[in-house]
Amino acid sequence: MMISDGVAEDEEKWLSAGIAGLQQNAFHMHRALDSNNLKDALKYSAQMLSELRTSRLSPHKYYELYMRAFDELRKLEIFFKEETSRGCSIVELYELVQHAGNILPRLYLLCTVGSVYIKSKEAPAKDVLKDLVEMCRGIQHPLRGLFLRSYLSQVSRDKLPDIGSEYEGDADTVMDAVEFVLQNFTEMNKLWVRMQHQGPAREKDKRGKERGELRDLVGKNLHVLSQIEGVDLEMYKETVLPRVLEQVVNCKDELAQYYLMDCIIQVFPDEYHLQTLETLLSACPQLQSSVDVETVLSRLMERLSNYAASGSEVLPEFFQVEAFAKLNNAIGKVIEAQEDMPIAGVVTLYASLLTFTLQVHPDRLDYIDQILGACVKKLSGREKLNDSKATKQIVALLSAPLEKYKDIDTALNLSNYPRIMECLNDGTHKEMANVIVQNIMKNKTCISTAEKVDALFELIKGLIRDLDGDTHDELDEDFIEEQNSVARLIQILHSDDPEEMLKVIQTVRKHILTGGRKRLPYTVPPLIFSSLKLVRRLEKQEENVSDDEASTTPKKIFQLVTQTIEALTSIPVPELALGLYLQCAEAANDCDLEPVAYEFFTQAYILYEEEITDSKTQVTSIHLIIGTLQRMHVFGVENRDALTHKATGYSAKLLKKPDQCRAVYACSHLFWLDDHDNIRDGERVLLCLKRALRIANAVQQMANATRGSSGSALLFIEILNKYLYFYEKGVSQITVESIQDLIKLIRNEMQGDASPSDPAADAFLASTLRYIQFQKDKGGAVGDKYMLITD
Amino acid sequence: MVLVLALGDLHIPHRAPDLPAKFKSMLVPGKIQHVICTGNLCIKEVHEYLKTVCPDLHITRGEYDEDSRYPDTKTLTIGQFKLGVCHGHQVIPWGDLDSLAMLQRQLDVDILVTGHTHQFTAYKHEAGVVINPGSATGAFSSITYDVNPSFVLMDIDGLRVVVYVYELIDGEVKVDKIDFKKTTTPTNLPH
Repeated sequence: MMISDGVAEDEEKWLSAGIAGLQQNAFHMHRALDSNNLKDALKYSAQMLSELRTSRLSPHKYYELYMRAFDELRKLEIFFKEETSRGCSIVELYELVQHAGNILPRLYLLCTVGSVYIKSKEAPAKDVLKDLVEMCRGIQHPLRGLFLRSYLSQVSRDKLPDIGSEYEGDADTVMDAVEFVLQNFTEMNKLWVRMQHQGPAREKDKRGKERGELRDLVGKNLHVLSQIEGVDLEMYKETVLPRVLEQVVNCKDELAQYYLMDCIIQVFPDEYHLQTLETLLSACPQLQSSVDVETVLSRLMERLSNYAASGSEVLPEFFQVEAFAKLNNAIGKVIEAQEDMPIAGVVTLYASLLTFTLQVHPDRLDYIDQILGACVKKLSGREKLNDSKATKQIVALLSAPLEKYKDIDTALNLSNYPRIMECLNDGTHKEMANVIVQNIMKNKTCISTAEKVDALFELIKGLIRDLDGDTHDELDEDFIEEQNSVARLIQILHSDDPEEMLKVIQTVRKHILTGGRKRLPYTVPPLIFSSLKLVRRLEKQEENVSDDEASTTPKKIFQLVTQTIEALTSIPVPELALGLYLQCAEAANDCDLEPVAYEFFTQAYILYEEEITDSKTQVTSIHLIIGTLQRMHVFGVENRDALTHKATGYSAKLLKKPDQCRAVYACSHLFWLDDHDNIRDGERVLLCLKRALRIANAVQQMANATRGSSGSALLFIEILNKYLYFYEKGVSQITVESIQDLIKLIRNEMQGDASPSDPAADAFLASTLRYIQFQKDKGGAVGDKYMLITD
Repeated sequence: MVLVLALGDLHIPHRAPDLPAKFKSMLVPGKIQHVICTGNLCIKEVHEYLKTVCPDLHITRGEYDEDSRYPDTKTLTIGQFKLGVCHGHQVIPWGDLDSLAMLQRQLDVDILVTGHTHQFTAYKHEAGVVINPGSATGAFSSITYDVNPSFVLMDIDGLRVVVYVYELIDGEVKVDKIDFKKTTTPTNLPH
């Protein structure tokens, strides 16, 4: 606060004194009014108005005083009116009030009488108005003058000779009304500007603030002009706008220029702006260089955009006045004229123009591209943008076409779009890239050619690879989220044509391989699955297997896939890679490509042996290996044996014995496939189960040795269930005796003194026995089989 | 009437970008009392989304899940039913009913919910019911061709459970239902 507390206190005191004085005189004035004493009424009203001669009050406080005076003058006006109906001549009254001693009270009274005079119609309105507006020149003190003229404006408001008003006549036209308001406006603006230069330099800010409080007084005149019915487009174009702009430009005052330009734009109708666009715009370069003309123009364009949005009937107007060209030119001129305009301002202008163009000319991509091109020109050659305000505007600029067209295709067709992306700093580039990806995901845009994919990935390269100077090494949450959204993006790339789809995959691959160790674990899997989906599509297609070099075959895709998974080895993420190799093996199996499937298994096994050392991971990997191998039907005996042998070997070497046991009995399924006549080796099934039993025994012994009590019988019960499984399948090597022996063994284990109670094992055994009974009760072949089991 | 949502194998973002929009609009928060997920979400965001559908969330670990702390199996009791959850890649042969029945006996549950095959199934066998809700996103599976997005909603009421399966076929959501009644607790067996 510029006013020190001391001064503020004083102001309060002066205001109170002023109000007191005013009220006291008003009291006497009322008494005079009541007794129809004109002379006294004039005397006391003049005294009352003298309070407004003060120089001590700030605008805010002066206003308070003024309002009270205003209220009192209303009553006085009524009195004057009554006086004239009582026979007093208005002309005489008009004379009489000019006898007041001081000029300010004199003029207030004159305006008040003038109001009655005009109402009486004894003289043309225009004459009285002209007289008053010129007489007010007598007050050159800015604050007092502004309020006086404001008073004049208020009392004359309803008495202007507008079209259709009662004051219109032969002598009075709309032109006169306009002339009056324009003059008042001009004088008020001059006073307002003069305020800036009053007082000491150090109080400049305080003056600026005070001027701000008064701006509506000046702006009101423009409102009045806009309300005059007779001000049609013609008159606005020929008279009103030129005169107002003349004053705006000539006053050379930053505060006034900014406020008034904005006022013009907000107050007058949009149709007028369209039709006077050139005139309005030509004023802009003439404004003081410190004026925020970017905001002015932006608000203008915003209004016009909204106008265009209001209905399609309006659009032809825009075309007819060549709005785009004019705006584009004007912006260019302004930017040229203001060399120091901050980059944020430049971008704001272009962003507003872009929004306007998207609204008015959505089909003119060339315009959009033009705007972007102008931006590029301004941005290139400088250092990458770091200004946060500017970057916000640029993101808005680049997001606007995406929002409008909902189709990344359109953005990809704008030649300047990627060029602007180049000008962004790394952080903003990534932000924008994210916006693009989100836009695609939200609108489910279909990107179906390799060319488009290439352009797209180039556009979002900030997400795909490290840009220069990117020293980001931690995998923070944002980074992971980013990469996951790239993964999702990869999922939705699709072409119905397999040839094209392969090209798409190859293009994506090219880009993601530049991503480095951080990114590959996120981007490679979706690409692999995309490839496997394509393989499946080809499988289903008719076998027009031309061994044509160029055509897309599963084999080709598998080659691509192998090379891609290899990229993961350097990171390393062996568990992930192993899973992917096994998925590919299954796919190769479905295509009857034995060597390819074998190769995938080999790679998976190598990873298992050399890279997977964590025991929990080993267990999961073994499950995947056995589960996948179990489903393979493409392998010949030799290959199958080799792989199976390895798998059982791995199972037996797992660290924890229970894991070993379970893996080994899982391997039993490798030797018996329901739908494969060749693979029914009961001998080896039994071998596995027996081996599992041995391991389970070892577990019990270890438990005895280390804890002094036998461990859970769970493993045995699991193995029992497997025995029953194969017994049912008709594996002859699984005999009834072996089952019964096993049941006995289990019971012994569970009932021994050394065994702690184990509800899980109890329940499992119970449910297993229940199952046996259930099967017995089934009858038929199954029932017969089970009946043989006695326990 | 207790509603239990069962779903899994979403494989986001490796094999699918997102849940189908039609499913998302059906899974309104506050309507479902429990959520069972067989695994392979795979990322945290999916976990968080499921939590907004219902905070009582039970997840088991799939082989591609980002969070390795999910358990391999889980059991819970809802009303009169004991439910068991397991992703299923641990049960070999994959998708084999008898092997799954063994797991069911081992966990001693009435309803076993598993996944991995991306194929909706609901079998009744001696020990109870095995339900596979399929893949909620229709993700690629090496085991199943032509996967349609699907999930299961169980309505548990006393001794009866109605299993509703929702499948997205050619852009339309089709619903089917299966009834299961639990027999009263079995008589004591010879030991």
